[in-house]
Amino acid sequence: MGLVLLIVIWLITLLSTYFFLAKTWWLPVGASAIAPAIDHHFVTTFVLMGIVFVAAQISLGYLAWRYRDSGSSSQKVVYSHGNTKLEVIWTALTAVLFIGLNLMSSSIWASERFRPAAADSVRVEVTGMQFAWYFRYPGPDGKFGATRPELEDASAGGESALGLDPRDPASKDDVVTGVMVVPVNREVEVILRAHDVIHSFFVPAMRFKQDAVPGLAIRMHFTPTQTGDFEIACAELCGLGHYKMHGIVRVVSPDEYDKWLAAREAEKQ
Amino acid sequence: MSTQEAVSREAHAHAASQSFIRKYIFSLDHKVIGIQYYFLALTAVTVGMFLSLLMRIHLIWPAAVLPLIGEIKPEAYLSLLTMHGTIMVFFVLTTAPQGGFGNYFLPIQIGAPDMAFPVLNMLSFWTTFLGFVVMVAAFFVQGGAPLHGWTGYAPLSAVQSTGPGEGLGADLWIISIAIFCIGALMGSLNFITTTLDMRAKGMSLMRMPLTCWAWFITAILGLLAFGVLLSGGILLLLDRNIGTSFYVPLITVNGQLTGHKGGSPLLWQHLFWFFGHPEVYIAILPAMGLASQLLSVFSRKPIFGYKAMVYAMLSIGFLGFMVWGHHMFMSGMSPYTAFAFSLMTMAIGVPSAIKTFNWLGTLLHGRIRFHSPMLFAIGFVSLFVSGGISGPFLAQPVLDIQLHDTYFVPAHFHLIMGVASIFGIFAATYYWFPKMFGRMMSESLARWHFWFSLIGTYAIFMPMHYLGMAGHPRRYSQLTEVAYLHGLLPLQKFITYAAFVTIAGQLIFIFNLFWSMKFGEKASDNPWQATTLEWITATPPPHDNFGGHTPVVHNGPYEYNVPGAASDFVMQTDPEIAATH
Repeated sequence: MGLVLLIVIWLITLLSTYFFLAKTWWLPVGASAIAPAIDHHFVTTFVLMGIVFVAAQISLGYLAWRYRDSGSSSQKVVYSHGNTKLEVIWTALTAVLFIGLNLMSSSIWASERFRPAAADSVRVEVTGMQFAWYFRYPGPDGKFGATRPELEDASAGGESALGLDPRDPASKDDVVTGVMVVPVNREVEVILRAHDVIHSFFVPAMRFKQDAVPGLAIRMHFTPTQTGDFEIACAELCGLGHYKMHGIVRVVSPDEYDKWLAAREAEKQ
Repeated sequence: MSTQEAVSREAHAHAASQSFIRKYIFSLDHKVIGIQYYFLALTAVTVGMFLSLLMRIHLIWPAAVLPLIGEIKPEAYLSLLTMHGTIMVFFVLTTAPQGGFGNYFLPIQIGAPDMAFPVLNMLSFWTTFLGFVVMVAAFFVQGGAPLHGWTGYAPLSAVQSTGPGEGLGADLWIISIAIFCIGALMGSLNFITTTLDMRAKGMSLMRMPLTCWAWFITAILGLLAFGVLLSGGILLLLDRNIGTSFYVPLITVNGQLTGHKGGSPLLWQHLFWFFGHPEVYIAILPAMGLASQLLSVFSRKPIFGYKAMVYAMLSIGFLGFMVWGHHMFMSGMSPYTAFAFSLMTMAIGVPSAIKTFNWLGTLLHGRIRFHSPMLFAIGFVSLFVSGGISGPFLAQPVLDIQLHDTYFVPAHFHLIMGVASIFGIFAATYYWFPKMFGRMMSESLARWHFWFSLIGTYAIFMPMHYLGMAGHPRRYSQLTEVAYLHGLLPLQKFITYAAFVTIAGQLIFIFNLFWSMKFGEKASDNPWQATTLEWITATPPPHDNFGGHTPVVHNGPYEYNVPGAASDFVMQTDPEIAATH
């Protein structure tokens, strides 16, 4: 029985580790400025915890087999209540490992969340509602116009869905879209809102996730570094259509972005 | 025994009831109540497992029409998910280890005739039972069961118009949890008082089996956590039904104003997780205590580092109340607080690592007997390590950005708080069944059950880590809409097949349980040659546990292979052995 346990536990360990190491399923390709740092720290954590995982499982299987009751009277059990010195060493090592990992990653978190977006960043207001994302650009005046909840009409889509207040001059030039278009290599500031319940704006390729909470306007930023279409998947359970609340972040060259925005703004004239 | 204790014992020595109803239904005997809790949990786990089976089927065959059930709609999938989580967490993982085995064995292991408050004990069970009935009723009302997940985030859970199931079904869900909280609070008081006041002479705190320490600490966590959930739940009911706005700001649902304003959705999350994280430890601590117990019994060796185990459990309990914010790194909570919550969470990994180290140390130089309780205890350690190792990923906000609310999270918590705790329940069943029912369970069936469970569990939950890393969000009823999920379908299929096999393996357990009750080999009073007090009494134990006398304790709980002793185990009630630390 000890041998079977050893084999099964070792096999499970090797198979699990193999699929991690072979990267058969792995993080999606990173397409934002922060992605390399996050991925690097992921790999660091992965290697260190992987060593602990393999060491613990291999020991467990080995000890179970090695100290199985062999039925022989010569097998001596060591009567011991433990070893304080080993205990202290082990405790100190894990404390250093865990706390150290934590401190290593704190600068990445700080750079992502503690500083506001750069002054020249592209500002996009992202609004989640059951079960769609809308994106609003402030237009040539650089100001987001007022919205009024009583004007919201989700079924009409677009501007009406956001409840844009036509009496506010600042709202006249606001551009509302269903696809989030942003220029490459320029910081994007998102202002996250939600109308009804909590949604979560998750763009795996950008290593970006933030809940959109009704009643709050949450400001976050990221810098896309590759052009292309990247999927948004809602990551907070928001109701029966949660699974289909997806969208696209389209990263284009600065020229294309300017042309696209100018065309949208022209439509508003 | 002091005079005061003597009086208190006298007061608890209620006579054995003879009528069927008082003996088996509204019984005051902690052993009967323990068995009642156990069968409640067994019913609940059968329901919960069936729900998960339906979820797995729907995920890969979304259009399938099932006999009797029909087609599962997306909202029905979310109801299954909500009820699966809630039933498993409350009525299985909280109910079986603490209410079931704790109730039955805490008094016996500390040498007491019953719990401190037998009537309160009976009330706790029947309150919990009522809670379960109300929970299941949510399936059968207009709109069905709620779809807001077991975490019930507001405003989804706080406004009736946010989806089907958010009407009466959601009210019943909250009421059921509130009732459960009341039962759990009464139970916690009872466990704490019993541990502190009812120990036999010589049973000092540091001579208690680690199982008793685990039940004691779990009860303290329960006392502090369930009250908060109860209050939070009542506020949620008020928001839903009389128009208060504790959790709901000014929102529109489908373009309609709801009449709420000024509330905070994050307030619910703080209250919920202030309960929710300690709840994880409420589920796993009894299994930790039991694994420690069994590794020592079946290695025929004292537990490695008894004191370190006690201090580790105490620090896990203490730190467990300071880490709730790690569920909220992406919630919009201040990013500065993430530092503190992350640091505390990494810190709680340290006592968990100490425990793993000590479990391995217990095996070292032992003489291991692979009876079924031991197999499940070793399986527990393996799962605890595998589930624990993903903790430091999720505990770091930087990595949580990618992993939060993906399949990585269910992979993590199913391994550690779900299946590891369930392995604890299985181990406890195989270990204590002879004492509870007077017969042995079939060992060969138990082994088959073990292999199905261990391999099946890994086959189900290890791939979920890969899904999570690839960015697969959890709680998606279909994989059809988001393009990058299409490539992950083969992995999802594999998980569903693995679930079929694993669930089939559980039928072996259920068969073994009922078959052995009637046909199992007769058990002796101490079949495992263990040292703790439940093994000095008759099988099954008499009404007052020790047949009119009270044990006097002279030794610690894990004295195996003591040099110079006549046999390889020294009972706690045997004459005191010389200290040989």
